[in-house]
Order: sequence, then C-alpha cells, then structure tokens
Amino acid sequence: MPQYLISVLHDTSELATAEEMAAIDVFNAQLQADGHWVFAGGLAAPGSATVVDGRGGEPVFTDGPYVESKEHIIGFWIIEAPHLDVALRLAALGSEHCNRRVELRPFLG
Amino acid sequence: MGDVGEVITRVHREEWARVVATLARRLGDLDIAEEMAAEAFATAVERWPVDGVPPSPGAWLTTTAQRKAIDRIRREARRDEKHKEALMLSATPEPLGAIDDDRLRLVFTCCHPALAMEVRIALTLRMVGGLTVPEIARAFLVQEAAMGRRITRAKAKIKAARIPYGVPLREDVPARVTGVLAVLYLIFNEGYLASDPGKEAVRADLTAEAIRLTRLVRALLPADGEVAGLLALMLLTEARRAARVSASGELVTLAEQDRGAWDRELIAEGHALVRARLATGHAPGRYQILAAINALHTDAREVRDTDWSQVVALYDQLLRLDPSPIVRLNRAIAVAELDGPEVALAAVDRLPLEGYHAFHATRADLLRRLGRSEASRTAYDRAIELAGNTAETAYLIRRRDQLAGTGTGAADDDERP
Repeated sequence: MPQYLISVLHDTSELATAEEMAAIDVFNAQLQADGHWVFAGGLAAPGSATVVDGRGGEPVFTDGPYVESKEHIIGFWIIEAPHLDVALRLAALGSEHCNRRVELRPFLG
Repeated sequence: MGDVGEVITRVHREEWARVVATLARRLGDLDIAEEMAAEAFATAVERWPVDGVPPSPGAWLTTTAQRKAIDRIRREARRDEKHKEALMLSATPEPLGAIDDDRLRLVFTCCHPALAMEVRIALTLRMVGGLTVPEIARAFLVQEAAMGRRITRAKAKIKAARIPYGVPLREDVPARVTGVLAVLYLIFNEGYLASDPGKEAVRADLTAEAIRLTRLVRALLPADGEVAGLLALMLLTEARRAARVSASGELVTLAEQDRGAWDRELIAEGHALVRARLATGHAPGRYQILAAINALHTDAREVRDTDWSQVVALYDQLLRLDPSPIVRLNRAIAVAELDGPEVALAAVDRLPLEGYHAFHATRADLLRRLGRSEASRTAYDRAIELAGNTAETAYLIRRRDQLAGTGTGAADDDERP
C-alpha cells in the first residue's frame, strides 16, 4: 500500500499543549485502529539540529538546521493509504488534531 | 475527402474524452491514454479517407488506441518492469452511487483539488476537451513550452501522489463537484471576458468549449442542481454574446444591448433549466441563483421591464450563501435600478474592492447618474487603469469622455501622473 509523509509545520518553538497532545493521541489511536499507521514522532526544536557532511572523508559537522526558515517541521506521521483522496482526508484530520498546518507528500512508489 | 475531414472533426469532438477515459481506466495510465488517443486520431486521419469511416468510429478509435498502447507498454515493460508498476493510476474500487462513466472519473481526476487551479483548467481542456497543447497555450496567452510543462508536471503529480482515477469518496462528493464547476466556470469566463489586454474581448471558442464540457458533466451528473444551474447560467450569458460587443469593439452594457440580437434558442433552453430546478423545490445553490438572475434579465423585452425587486431578492439569497463584497457590488447595481443611484452608491462605497475595476466602473456610473462629473471621472480613470479587457476599456474611455465638463488628454495628464 502506498505510503505518505505528513509533516507538521510550525513557526515557533513552543511545544504542543496538553489538549493538543491529547487530541494527537486520539488521532494516533484511530490511525492504528484503521490500519493507516506506520510511524509518527515529534521533533526537538530546529536549533538542536546538526548538519553532517560525510562525503569528503572526515565528516564535517555544522551546528543548526540546513535551512533557516520561519516555519519548520516539528513532527510527522508516516501513513498508509490506498490513494491521495484517503491520504488527504487523514492529513486534514491530523492537521485538525495537532492544531497545525501539515504538508502531505508521497513516498516514491 | 472533405466530408471525411468533417466526420473526423465531429468524431474528435464527440469521442475524444471517451477514448482517453476508457484507455486511462484500462491501462491505469493517463499519460499513455492521452498519447495513444492522439495517435489513434492521427491514424484515422490517414486511414478513413482511404478505407472509409468505420461503422462505429468511437469503438474503432478506442480499439486502435488500446492496441497501440499495449504494444508500447510491452516494449517498456521489457525494458523496466518496475517502471511499469509505477505508472499505474490508483483506481478507487467502486463508484459511489454516481453514474459509472469513465469520463466522469477523468473529469474528477483533472479537477482534483490537490492540483493548482491553472493546472486543473489546462488538464481538463486537454484530457476532457481534447484541445491541443498549442490551442490551450494560445487561449491563456502562455508559451507553448510552458503550457506543455504545466501539463507534464500535472500528470507526474497525479502518478507520484496517486491521485485516484475515480469518483470521489462519498463525503467528498459535494466539495469535489463544486471544484469541477469552478474549473468549468473559469474556462467560460476567460472566454466571455478575457482578462488580458492582448486577447480578443470575447472568445467564442472558449465559451463554446466550456458549455460543451458542462453539458457533458450534466449528462454524467443529471441529478445535481448546481450542474444544471451552471449550464443555465452559461447558456443565458452566451445567448447575449453577439449583442455584448459593438461593431467598433466596445463593450455594450446589458441596458444598451440590442435585445433582438439575443439568441432565443439558448435563452429558451436556459429558462427551461431554471424552471425545472425551481420545480424541484430544493434550496438553490450559487449557480442556480445566478442562473435565475440571468433568467430575469433575459425575460425582459426592454431593460425597463426587468423585475428589479426580484433581482435584488435573489442577490439577497445569494448573499446568505456567499457574503462576499463582489456579490454586494452586484446587488448594489440592481439596487440602483430599484431605489436609485444614491442608495446604491452608499452601499458601494463601503466595499473593500479598491483593486477591482468593476468597483470603480460601478462607482463611476452611479456618480455620473448623480451628476457628480468630477468624482465620476476620477472613478472612470481608476477603472480604466485596472480593466484588462479591451472591449471594456474602450467602453469606459468613451463613457468618461462623454462626461459633462470633461477636458481632453491634457487634463488627464494632470490627474494621473
């Protein structure tokens, strides 16, 4: 079954509120019950990222995210859905439950 | 030979969507379906003048296209088995109550909300309408190569994101039908009032294409009131096309149009659709209300016979569905006929439509009727600046220059640096 990445977009480093976390748990349980669940997780703030370039022998480590932007990804779901219409519906529900905009992107088939 | 040419043109118009749609379902690939349909028509152009037109042209074309497609898929599959799998369109399992027609799947796929509006329009004209890429590029004043890329990217997204080739999920149906109608209405409007000064004012090819596509969607979704409403709206608008631009290329307003030049047949068909919708007793949607307004306009033998109170009542009904400033502007135009320009102007002045040419054109006309020539002239100037359509610009310039006490070019320069 095709898989999609749902990235959660956010523009501050605030964590999800208790209500948002509770709503996300409900959504996760639903994804699992309906067989769409593959994986999900929340991410630490972009300031905690390290860019690693191991292409030239000794790896180079650079502090910070690879691109500075107003919005960044604070979490994601990987879901299974038969086609985009189902994936869009799940992404809309995910957005509603976590109270953030999300980006839906297909994995290469 | 000439006769066969005409037959091919007619068959192309009637059968293109069906050939593409059937192939797309059977092959699971929109791209190959489109290409092979085009090749099958090219073969018909070669063969039919020699062999004669087959008894069932549509079936002949589908079979020919399918044979070509299978040959090609076999060649490609030998080359790369995985590639073939990646090409498969995602089919939704079963249609949900709607008519099971491949062309309907095709329409919903081309008008999918995950595609940008300009992409939906281009894809619909190509896949469902059968227009060529150069034709679509010309219609929207876009470079051919750019339009080609737009369509190619769209097909790539349909594959990669697995936009389904099918009717929508049950809970999505109303929104998806609305999305299809928006695409059709935009095509119609682009033909009816081209937005670009480089284009002809009215392009009958695009309005005709929009009507043809809407007729097709109506045949596929006969119970949908909004589809009927949109078709009626288009017919009642198209009926006035000949009277809408003067011999000198100037827009003629509804009030000044030669009503004898209106197309009575289209009006009769539009009125019948509106009456049939009223008879259902269902609450009308946006397009049905707009169609009813246009039915009132086309019902009046003279502009003074127009039932303005009914027009205003319909706009009130529309405002409950769509409380947008543009609807308020159109309502105000009707109010001017009912309660006078002063009342209308008070309503118009409150609208946040500073960047919209029709807002300034409406103000200019109301101010003119109130005898406020200078303010009217300023509003005309602004409307002319913002208007994109050539016929509309010509009309606005004439009206401005007819204002009492209006200077000529020099004064204009003073006012607009």
